[in-house]
Amino acid sequence: MRALPHKFIDWFSGRGWSVHPHQIEMLDRADDPALLLIAPTGGGKTLAGFLPTLVELGAQPKPGLHTLYVSPLKALAADIKRNLSAPIDEIGLDIRVEDRTGDTSATRKKHQRADPPHILLTTPESLALLTSYEDAPRMFKGVQRVIIDEIHALSESKRGDQLMLALARLQSLCPGLRRVGLSATVEDPSAIAHLLARHPDPCAILHADPGPPPDIAMLRTDAPAPWVGGGAHYAIPAVLEQVKQHRTTLIFHNTRAQAELFFHALWMANTDALPIGIHHGSLSREQRQRVEAAMVAGTLRAIVCTGSLDLGIDWGDVDLVIQIGAPKNVKRLVQRIGRANHRYNAPSKALLVPANRFEIVECFAALQAVLDRDLDGDPRGHGPRDVLCQHILITACAGPFSADALFTEVTQTGAYSTLTRPEFDDCLTFCATGGYALRAYDQWQKLLQRPDGLWQLRDPRSARNIRMNIGTIQDTDTLKVRLRGRGGAPLGEIEESFAATLTPGDTFLIGGRIVRYEGLREMVVEVSKNASKTPKIATFMGTRFATSTQLSSRILRLFDQPDWPELPRHTADWLALQRKVSQLPRNDRLLVESFPHDGRHHVCIYGFAGRNAMQTLGLLVTRRMEQQGLAPLGFVATDYATLIWGLEPLRDAAPLFSPANLREGLESWLAGNAVMKRTFKSSAIIAGLIARNTPAARKTGRQATFNSDILYDTLRKYDPDHLMLEITREEALRGLVDFGRIEEMLGRVEGRIDHLQLSRITPLAAPLLLEMGRVPVEGAATERLVLQEAHRLMAQAGLSQATFAGTDTPSVG
Amino acid sequence: MNSYPISVARHALLALPSGGLWWPDAGLLCVSDLHFGKSGRMARRAGLLLPPYDTLETLARLSKDIEATKPQKVVCLGDSFDDLQAARTLSANENALLHQLIDGRDWIWIEGNHDPAPTHLGGLHQAVFIQDGLTFRHIADEEAQTETHAEISGHFHPKTKLATRGRSISRPCFVTDGQRLIMPAYGTYTGGLSCGDSALRKLFKAPAIAILTGDTMVGVPVPPNAMPVTKTPVTKMTTTKPRSKPT
Repeated sequence: MRALPHKFIDWFSGRGWSVHPHQIEMLDRADDPALLLIAPTGGGKTLAGFLPTLVELGAQPKPGLHTLYVSPLKALAADIKRNLSAPIDEIGLDIRVEDRTGDTSATRKKHQRADPPHILLTTPESLALLTSYEDAPRMFKGVQRVIIDEIHALSESKRGDQLMLALARLQSLCPGLRRVGLSATVEDPSAIAHLLARHPDPCAILHADPGPPPDIAMLRTDAPAPWVGGGAHYAIPAVLEQVKQHRTTLIFHNTRAQAELFFHALWMANTDALPIGIHHGSLSREQRQRVEAAMVAGTLRAIVCTGSLDLGIDWGDVDLVIQIGAPKNVKRLVQRIGRANHRYNAPSKALLVPANRFEIVECFAALQAVLDRDLDGDPRGHGPRDVLCQHILITACAGPFSADALFTEVTQTGAYSTLTRPEFDDCLTFCATGGYALRAYDQWQKLLQRPDGLWQLRDPRSARNIRMNIGTIQDTDTLKVRLRGRGGAPLGEIEESFAATLTPGDTFLIGGRIVRYEGLREMVVEVSKNASKTPKIATFMGTRFATSTQLSSRILRLFDQPDWPELPRHTADWLALQRKVSQLPRNDRLLVESFPHDGRHHVCIYGFAGRNAMQTLGLLVTRRMEQQGLAPLGFVATDYATLIWGLEPLRDAAPLFSPANLREGLESWLAGNAVMKRTFKSSAIIAGLIARNTPAARKTGRQATFNSDILYDTLRKYDPDHLMLEITREEALRGLVDFGRIEEMLGRVEGRIDHLQLSRITPLAAPLLLEMGRVPVEGAATERLVLQEAHRLMAQAGLSQATFAGTDTPSVG
Repeated sequence: MNSYPISVARHALLALPSGGLWWPDAGLLCVSDLHFGKSGRMARRAGLLLPPYDTLETLARLSKDIEATKPQKVVCLGDSFDDLQAARTLSANENALLHQLIDGRDWIWIEGNHDPAPTHLGGLHQAVFIQDGLTFRHIADEEAQTETHAEISGHFHPKTKLATRGRSISRPCFVTDGQRLIMPAYGTYTGGLSCGDSALRKLFKAPAIAILTGDTMVGVPVPPNAMPVTKTPVTKMTTTKPRSKPT
């Protein structure tokens, strides 16, 4: 047990603070090899993490690195540096704190390796890079503690897996290393503890007082929510009214696109000219910093934002959080709500604004879950092997290694504790020779085994390329957007796939303003200001989260109620009508409706498996229907249902949902689908098969870029058992393909399918007809697009298709 | 087989979905930039261990085209091998497949900038080949922009991109103005240069059209819009920039 020194106690009382019990507890257990603190936002979590370090280092610390702090956000590292300087300066501690991220200058970084500070603040990627240097043992010698902030966010992604592998490496360099994880409230703390601790070390879990329950409700509006759509523009007058009544309001959206559109509409209605800003990950750093500064200064009344404000940065005195659109995930909602009233033991105030009629039900279910403190999350399974491949390459950069020792080290991380030796060896072989059935590269392998049994890089120069590709973040390729003209102001970034659909003259929204696309110059999208009222192209795409398993099942439970006095009248009536003319979906049965509408036969499947899985289900089922001669034309998927339309009526739904048929479809034909190719591509980049294709790399031409689709097709044809395809199949259980959720649905339904053949469209299916994002059943569609566009362009150019064709058309035998 | 008719200096030619060019009257099949042995060279030069099946795949497509057209003459427009070492290090299997294709027909290897002379294989080796007034060469002759000069060449690996609402489609393409034709690369892992690029555009007297390879063969004006091809679904190394002068 360690006592808090007097100087520290004086500092706390000088500020009028009392030390939180969990902060004392952290100090008491400072010698534990691993320790996880669960605390709500504003619970003095970070100070609790650093207190033992400050006490241990004391007034006259020895030189050398003592504590590593890792956070998922670069901005968080900078913020913590500011916050630590207060106690260090005021208590009079001679402790050096520095941050090291992708933004740190090269000279600074070099200096840090030669003369490390006492406390180094960094990100998982920068830490992985540090461990790849040959001098890593010297730099990390004597490190005592590592603090992982926002570990709940990291534990959901490959960034966390990579970080834990790097910690295993560090632990070998510094056997006395103690690990501390700081987490927001999560559904399963023991799962995070398992990831954090060295396997099989124990990891104590400390809980801070969760604080009073939040003050959370649905926003009342005069106008009812529309049947479909995600914009929630109907609620703008009510939202503005709330902004007026509060000091500072955060208005969260699920996608950047929705944030842009909402911000634009909010400004149109903002007759009082309240100062309102916008903040999301696609805006330029300058733009974001301006909004952050205004926020800290307290000059903004509201900020329209996305997940870029999700993590713990303290931007000032927020007293209301508004969530626009269904939150999709209760845990994220709770963390967002925590942004309001950043003071301990004061209830956070939040309002939910459903964007459409169905989201009223979803918001209500989420609201109940928050009050019940019932959080959601899906177990992640064992550590992904593409990340392990990258880790093996990083290890090789630092110097020769023994496969046995590395295997032992890797299995000491929780996520890889069940990894088998053959699985590890497959990864090592892949890194060394590519692991192809056709053993082509024995002479040019990347890693080779020396006579003494150690593995090393064949060509030490390849370390540079490996280091350039460190990281697991799935960047979509983006292009910078600038106002045209010399020194035009940077506005932000748009996805390359969106940029590719623009034609000069198109207008779109970015940073809350409408701009006109002028052209592309040196990988920069040039735009000009445009005064038009409505953008021609809705907006750029963004990631869409799928509704979590737990929230989906809450919605289904809600459907089971005899009536819904707590829901708005129009929504309750809608559900009652559905029950009368058809039935409401249930957790343990699969409801399938078929009905004619508008000259087409429709099939609606209420799978409640989340957007991605329902999309995959649409692909698999329409394929099956095609085989049965039902001539499906297209489908649309939402988080709760898939609606298919076609030329022939469905008579028997059961065979469509046979688990064997669905799994076979995934293995065979879905394997050729674009979502699988995207899944392959991201794993191929992480595992080091191909280099990251950043616009910057393309511009300098430094790296060879490859079409991963061609590589994928070639592998499937010639080497179907290759490790990369195995990894792709594993990844398909989650993410974009999300087949795991289809399995979950099949598991709870167990073949109980209610197929209702009805004479007309049902109340629950009706909104689906208006949904965006219809998918044509593949095959003819792409080719038809090509033909249409070609004819249009040729006609526009005054050229006919026959311009250069011969007079008589010979045919091929 | 699906195809797209092109006339170059009044000769009736057919662009094939694979990127091959079939001249029925001359019984001649032309393919360009096969880049056999590319994955091997990438491993030697860049340390990339790509699936080593590109040569087999290119050979498979070529034998399909030969099967369908039964040509008397095959012209490979240069850069048939990714480099001379690649030509020497084809596997026994790949060599056998290639010899099966060469046997029994006139086979002309045009020299490229990657492969000056893979002489150990059968067939004729020529810098330029002329048939009925059509000149076949690796790199278009920029000087020869006369009314009567008719030429088929490769080297640039032209690609084009169609931006349709909501998605964009990028494919290798033929580019022609009726006198000059530039062929797409036939090799499986080969790179691409936007057909809107000035290096390509300056070779044509407007208006030129680009003919997309793939299941639906269509022609579009060059360039289709101001958006150059930025996402090359293929390779482009500094050492093999299609723009560079032949060495």
